[in-house]
Amino acid sequence: MTTGDPLIVLDGVNKWFGPLHVLDDVSLSVGRGEVVVVIGPSGSGKSTLCRTINRLEPIDNGTITFDGQPLPAEGKPLAKLRSEVGMVFQSFNLFAHKTILENVTLGPVKVRKEKPAAARERGLALLDRVGIANQADKYPAQLSGGQQQRAAIARALAMQPKAMLFDEPTSALDPEMVGEVLDVMTSLARDGMTMVVVTHEMGFARHAANRVVFMADGQLVEDAPPNEFFANPRSERAKDFLSKILTH
Amino acid sequence: MNVLIDKFDVFAGGFWLTLQICVLAAIGALILGAVVAVLRISPVPPLRAVGTTYVNIFRNMPLTVVLFFAAFGLPALGSNADFLRIPGLDAIFSRLGTDLPYFRFGLIALVLYTAAFVCEALRSGVNAVPAGQAEAARSLGLTFGQNLRYVVLPQSWKASVVPLGSVIIAMIKNSALVGFFGVVGDLSQTADQLTSAGGYAFIPVAIGISVGYLIMTVPLGALLDRIEKRQAVAR
Repeated sequence: MTTGDPLIVLDGVNKWFGPLHVLDDVSLSVGRGEVVVVIGPSGSGKSTLCRTINRLEPIDNGTITFDGQPLPAEGKPLAKLRSEVGMVFQSFNLFAHKTILENVTLGPVKVRKEKPAAARERGLALLDRVGIANQADKYPAQLSGGQQQRAAIARALAMQPKAMLFDEPTSALDPEMVGEVLDVMTSLARDGMTMVVVTHEMGFARHAANRVVFMADGQLVEDAPPNEFFANPRSERAKDFLSKILTH
Repeated sequence: MNVLIDKFDVFAGGFWLTLQICVLAAIGALILGAVVAVLRISPVPPLRAVGTTYVNIFRNMPLTVVLFFAAFGLPALGSNADFLRIPGLDAIFSRLGTDLPYFRFGLIALVLYTAAFVCEALRSGVNAVPAGQAEAARSLGLTFGQNLRYVVLPQSWKASVVPLGSVIIAMIKNSALVGFFGVVGDLSQTADQLTSAGGYAFIPVAIGISVGYLIMTVPLGALLDRIEKRQAVAR
């Protein structure tokens, strides 16, 4: 699955929110085409970890490299890096004043300077791929949560990113809509997209992940293939966490 | 009450001059206020500091003092504010081009003072846009300017327009002060002319100029109410 140099490398990353040590000496590398699922109790720093990779959260020390380059600090180089890393948020964050298709084509047209007609054609193909082509001209508020999240995935894919970050993509959804979003993510994983997924969906972790990373109190506690992690968690904290979520 | 009929042309002239200074000051304050607002939300700390300092100075100083600085400070510095003698524009707004600079000084003071409030009204609109919108735009690789232009400002406008209107209404009322800083013949100074020089009774004259200001402010307020109702429906 992994070929050549890793795509994303975090080395000795630390971050504080005031006195709270939210990332404590975290090191992680993600290979090209690899799907890494990050799980852990709330407040363990897993969302923050995800957001540091495209520098939505700056770090205090340590290094992060993406595709061989350290993350740029600000300005145009940072914008360029972000255009190569897709991000999907818990609360969708679709642009409320734009139609679904406009949401999907804004980045390609304004950032990549693609021709509007070409961006539109590819946007429609992507909306078709996530199963909402018939919603292209609606506004985000007119769609269900599951449809909005699929539109958000299409918006990120429209930039043809090298990797995709998912920050709890199904946590804000009604239960019957979780499946449709996970299906899209699973098909992306099968197509070889490099993915970092923060989630509470253990089923997704089991069948789609190459590795499961368990975080607690800002530390990266375990890093193992899913069947190994779920069958035999090594740390007490992981055992405790799994016993709490898997007994229901 | 005969003064309202006998001196109707004086009231009308005062109204026209006040309207002129208000239109010009509103345009100037909206432009300058937008610039200061962009500074205040910029990701570059020194630019933010410039914007914040501007707002702190002009929001916290009485307009009368700003007018004093404009009307007495600028001449002391050797300026007649001649840069405001804009060819073409001074054909419509004749006082812009006169040798007496007090209309220009009053205009500068009103613009500087009101821009601070315009900035804050615009910024409150920007703050009303959920942070996730700008975050999503950044994560697509949009630059700060593109983010403002395509994502944040089109959405902040709705939340800004009512407070902006209130700022402009306040500015129209504040313009009554310029008549006491050398601007001859505006609506408020008309009252002074008619009562002290013309010997007319104060109350009818005061009613006359009040009506003049209300003609400018009441329709603006009604327009804002309509915009607000339309937004409530859209929500």
